[in-house]
Formats: sequence, structure tokens, C-alpha cells
Amino acid sequence: MNLERSAMMFDRVGLGWLSPLMRMAGGADRPTELRRLGENAGAPLLALLAFLALWQLGASSVQTSLGALPGPLDVAAEFGTLVDEHAAERAKADAFHARQAERDAEYAKEDPTYVPTPRRYTGRATFFDQIGTSLKTVFAGFTLATLIAVPLGLLCGSSVLIQNALNPLIQVFKPVSPLAWLPIVTLVVSSMYTANADWLPTSFIVSAITVMLCSLWPTVINTAVGVAGVDRDLVNVSRVLRLSWWTRTRKIVLPSAMPLIFTGMRLSIGVGWMVLIAAEMLAQNPGLGKFVWDEFQNGSSQSLARIMVAVLTIGVIGFVLDRVMLTMQELTARGDRHG
Amino acid sequence: MNLFVSITRCLSARLRKGQVFLHSRRHALRALALLSALLAGATSLAADRPEKQELKIGFIKLTDCAPLVIAYEKGFFEDEGLYVTLEAQANWKIVLDRVIDGSLDASHMLPGQVLGSAVGVGPRANLVAVAGMGVNTLAITLGNGVWARMKPTIPSQAGKPLHPISASNLLPVIDSASAGGRRFTMGMVFPTSTHNYALRYWLAAGGIHPGYYSASDSNGATGAQVQLSVTPPPQMPSTLGAGTIMGYSVGEPWNQQAVLKNIGVPVVTAAQIWSRMPEKVLGLRREFVDRNPRTVRALVRAIIRAEQWLDAGNGANRRELASILARPEYVGADAGVLLGPLTGQYQFERGDVRAAPTMNLYYRSYAGYPFYADAVWYLTQMRRWGQIPAPKADAWYDTVARQVYRPDIYRAAAQELIASRRMAATDLPAATAYSAGNTRFIDGIAFDARKPNAYLAQFAIGQQGKGR
Repeated sequence: MNLERSAMMFDRVGLGWLSPLMRMAGGADRPTELRRLGENAGAPLLALLAFLALWQLGASSVQTSLGALPGPLDVAAEFGTLVDEHAAERAKADAFHARQAERDAEYAKEDPTYVPTPRRYTGRATFFDQIGTSLKTVFAGFTLATLIAVPLGLLCGSSVLIQNALNPLIQVFKPVSPLAWLPIVTLVVSSMYTANADWLPTSFIVSAITVMLCSLWPTVINTAVGVAGVDRDLVNVSRVLRLSWWTRTRKIVLPSAMPLIFTGMRLSIGVGWMVLIAAEMLAQNPGLGKFVWDEFQNGSSQSLARIMVAVLTIGVIGFVLDRVMLTMQELTARGDRHG
Repeated sequence: MNLFVSITRCLSARLRKGQVFLHSRRHALRALALLSALLAGATSLAADRPEKQELKIGFIKLTDCAPLVIAYEKGFFEDEGLYVTLEAQANWKIVLDRVIDGSLDASHMLPGQVLGSAVGVGPRANLVAVAGMGVNTLAITLGNGVWARMKPTIPSQAGKPLHPISASNLLPVIDSASAGGRRFTMGMVFPTSTHNYALRYWLAAGGIHPGYYSASDSNGATGAQVQLSVTPPPQMPSTLGAGTIMGYSVGEPWNQQAVLKNIGVPVVTAAQIWSRMPEKVLGLRREFVDRNPRTVRALVRAIIRAEQWLDAGNGANRRELASILARPEYVGADAGVLLGPLTGQYQFERGDVRAAPTMNLYYRSYAGYPFYADAVWYLTQMRRWGQIPAPKADAWYDTVARQVYRPDIYRAAAQELIASRRMAATDLPAATAYSAGNTRFIDGIAFDARKPNAYLAQFAIGQQGKGR
């Protein structure tokens, strides 16, 4: 049954509250599925409503120097403002490019040899631009981390000697906070990378490398554990068949270590996302962290609501990233069982 | 110049290709048009365009970043052929570092930073100041607790504290703090900041020693009755609220913010300490200025036009300015908080709003002109507080001022505006002007920029011209 299979898929990726609906559509026992729906979807919904009500009631009684703490309604309204601001900024950008084209046409009329230079809009980054920057940065850092961590984990997992050699280093670097790495990374990057090209700003490299340094470790450790735990029988078979190291890694080690590698990557991207926001706040690098810090500095009567919009956005994006990784993890685990 | 080059290049390219130049009427006409344009000296041709047209300029969230913001928002930069990205900076140290390392082409800067870089107070670099960016923009604020204790000792007039308030009223509070084993601490924004010198001036004028800098004391706390520390401007109110400092010296709106948050009371403004306190400049690297003279003139023209707009119609544009500065990407404080200092209605204690007509000048009183005397005053304060460790001859002050302050560039830009009738000739001081004219200080001491050592000798607190 197709619907049943997708319902199972929903269960796996943490969207279990939807699966009773699908099962019902597929003709499953109604009362059972309704009860499940109540448990799976009703309970979280009630909790969410209770949280919002508590927030709304509690917020007005917390007085800060910037006025009362904003409630969910204020925050929702502020989200609307941020959307409007984004639209207004885009309109300004269009006007900028229109003026630019006009000026170029004028210059070209006066001076036929004039070659217009395309120019980027010089306005500010809106909230949504900052989200984009943060996502790009976290993916860059995470990709770098994965490219280093998986081979490193493979090495550690396949040889006890290497494992013993590297373990102390890993254990020492693993707990270091991004805030400690940041000054070193900033100084090293800005002295080694002086080009500072438009498409690859120094601040982006600094943030991405900081994310990488902090999100390496979960993937390294999980990969190593996954590789070390490969079924002995399979390894022995590969020896009997005289498979090369490369074939053995590709056909046996990697597939069976995959679920743990993905568990590591899932932890890594979570760590990376948290680290990135802190790094952006501290280093004033573009992104959501800078947005939060700027608003904190502004101290206007809207600042708190704007910061809360950012906090919720950070949470939602973190949640979505986690679900994406979980889905991939589940898919590889399934592939493993079926294969 | 560029036009000429392009004509020759066009000619030689055709000759190389074996074409006979002017072999058709179309070419002849085009060449004729180019030549006549050259002769007519049309203004918008390539020859007059800035060498570097895309600039990144830094600013700190303060009311005196307004010339940059208005030049951007009102299109003056684009009008002058510049594509400027404005970028808020976290603190003055970052501003200085980023101007020096070239990540910023220019910035809203403290005069003391630009001058300090020339004389080795802070990092050494070749920086210049090409325009002033605001006169009388700072104030000194004390925490509510301190204010409550000093207020009864201040003479009153018509039921309100008599202004200007002398720092001597602080002495009992400082004494009781030190008797209780606590230090009296105040915040300022940077060691070479106007705010540091203004705070020190006010304290010393009231007989309170703010401490000396020396080779072994980079905090400037030797002999201090009040400990001064650095806090970035926008963080002043929260640092005061947290109790880390008991008062601070900072630009607006961060004093008014303290009144709004009900955590502090501004007690004295820049104009009450010195009737014309030149607070910020547009700073750049000298090497950039030498390499891009047209860009820098275009930049100064845009700034002058913005400053005209800011002071036009006796403050007619100040309301609009407050709403523009209130945007989160600029100053970001509420427009209501910005409005008072920008319209000259300054709130001291809650409910005590007084007229402050000379607060936040951008164009009036030649506020945008980089006078040598302004530079000399900052250098005397560096000497007074020991940042410049040894006495210097009067001529030295003049030499440094002429090396760092560049009224010649300002004048060239202004002359271009005057020629195109966008500036009144009377708005430009005489070429020989050394200072903005007579000014008054809170302690009544007269400042003659030509005699810095004689000036320094008048202070009871402070290192003398001879050194101590």
C-alpha cells in the first residue's frame, strides 16, 4: 500500500502527527487512527497553544529598559514589518539600477567609448538577506567539516594505532568554544587572504572556518565508531575475496558505517548552526547573529520584538536542518536494512 | 585626459588594423564630436569622473554620522558619481583598524584617532582628515544614584539646577565612594576620543584629577580620582544600567537614551564645556587621497551638500533627519529620542528640557571645515594627559596639524560647488583662517592655537608644555 509506506516514512522523519491522516485516507480503522491523531498532533498543538498563552500573559509583566517584553502578537506584527522592509529595500534596489541604467545611457551619449560598469546595489542587507548569508555560511562550513571529518573518521576507525594516536588531539579540541577559535581564525585568515574579493568576503571565510572547526568532531567520532563496528564477518569475507582497500571501503565499510556517519553529520550541523550565530554576533560578520547584535545595540522600542523574530527564526531553521539530516539518516538506514 | 587617451587609442587601433582613419563620414563626425566635447570641457565626461567610484565607508551609530547617511539617502553620492556602501562599525577601535588596513575607504572618525596615528598615540599610520562631521554632539551623563546625591549641592535658578554644572559637585560622591573602598568609574569611547578629552576637561575644570597616561600606564589612570574605561557608544546605557560604570561621556542619542530608560541624567553638554567642540571628521588613508584625488573631492562635495541639507532652513530638515537616523541600519534608536538633540530641545533631568541651539551643528559656523586650530587643540589634550610623553615646540603642533588636516582638499571641493552655484562663497572661510574664531571654555581659559605651550601652562591639572 503506497499510502501506508509514505505514512511510515512520515513516522520516521518526525512528521508522525501527519501519518494517521494518511492512514485514514488509506482506509485504516478510523477510531484507532483518530486516537493516534489526538495523541500525535493534538498534544503538541495544545502544548504550543499553552506556551503562546503563557508567553502572552507573562511577557507584559516583565519590564525591561526597552519597555515590556513583547508577546507573540507583537512578534508576529514585527515579522510583518520585516517583510515590508525587505520589499521596500528591493524597490530601492530596483530604483538604484534604473538610475544607473539612465546614467550609463547619458554617459554613452556624451562619450561613445564609454563602457558601463555593472554595479551592485549599495543598500543594506535586510533580515531575509541575513538569513540567506547565514545559511550559505553554515553550509560552507559544514561541507568543509564533512570533507575533512569523514576521511579522518575512516582512518581512525580502521586502525587502532591511528585511533590511539589522534584520540588525545580530538578530545582536546572537541570542547573548544567558537568564541575561543574566532580571534585566531580572524587574524590568520585576514593575514593570509588579502584579496577580499566581492564574491568571497573575508568575513564569510572566517565564519565558515569557525563553523568547520567546531562541527568537525561529532562526525569524526561517529564515523570512527561506525567504521570500527563493521560486521567482522563482512570484513573477513572481504579478506577471503582479496578485495583491495578501496573496494572494501567503498563496498563494505562505508555502507555499513553510513547510519552512524549521518548521525554524526546531524549532530555536526546542529553544532555548526549554533556556533555560527555566536560567531556572527562576536565578529560582526554578516548574518542572523549580526542582525541580533545590531538590534541589541539600537535599543529602540521595536528592538526586542525584532530580536525575538530572529530567535524564533534561528530555532525554526535549526529544526528544519535537523529534520533534513534525520531524513537522510533514515533513508540510509533503510537502504542498509533492505540491501 | 582620459578622453584624449581614448581618442588616441581609437586612432591607433584603426591604424594598426590597416584602416584609414576618417575614411567615412561617420567616423569624421564622431571624431569631430569628441574633439568639440573636449574643447568645451563638458563636465560629466570620463576625465572628470572619480578614479574609484565604489567606496565602502564606515560609521558609528551616533547623530554625527548624519552627513554620510544624508549624502547616501538624498542621492548626493550618486550625483557626484560615487557608489557608496555605508557600514555600521561595532566600536572606534574597529573603525581605526579597518581604515588603516584598507577594508574601509573612508570613515566617520575621531579627530584624535587621525592625529594620534601621525604622532604615535595608538597605531602609527598615515591618515588625513578632509572634512568635519559634526560640532557639539556629545554630553556627559551620570547614573541616577550619583545624580540624586550631587543635585542638592548644585545652586538652583528658578527651581532648576544652574547650568553649566561644575564637576566639583561630584567631589563628595567620589570621596564617599573611595572612603567605602570603591572606585568611582566612568565610561568613554576610545583613548583618543573627543569624549575622553571632554570628560577629562570637565572633571579637571571642577578640580577632579582624571589621571595621566604614561609609557607604563596605557589606561591613563595614574593619579586618577575617577577611573575612566572604554565602552562602545551604543553599549553605554546598558553598561551604566549594569552598574559597571557610574557615568559616561558619549555622543547622542546615547545620553537621551539614559533619560528614556530612566537610568541616568545628562549633566553637561559639549557646547557647555567648549562653545564649539569639533567632534568628528571624515578620515582616510593619505595614500588613498594621493592616488584618488577626484574621488576624494567628489566625496567631500557630497558631504558638503549633505551638511548644507542638514542645517538648511534653520533646522527645517531635522525632523526628517530623525526619522531617517531612526532606521535600524543607521542609528536605530527611536525617532523620539533622536529628535531632542537634533532640534535643539535637550532633556537633562526628566522634565528639564532646555534649548540647546548650538547642539549638532553640521554646516553652520563652518562646522564642516577642518581648521588647523581644531587639530592643535586635540594635540594639546594628548600632551596635557600624557599620551604625548614629552614636551613639543609650538612649531611641532603646527606641522602635525598641517600634515593631517587637509583644508586644501575641502577648499578645492567647495570651490567646485561654488563655481556651479551649489554653495555660497560666504560659507567658505578665508584661505588664511586658522581657527573658527573666538570660542569659550567652561573654565574660562583662553585657547590660542598658535601658542599651544602657553595654553597648556594655564591648566592647574595637566602636564605642562615643559613636562613634569
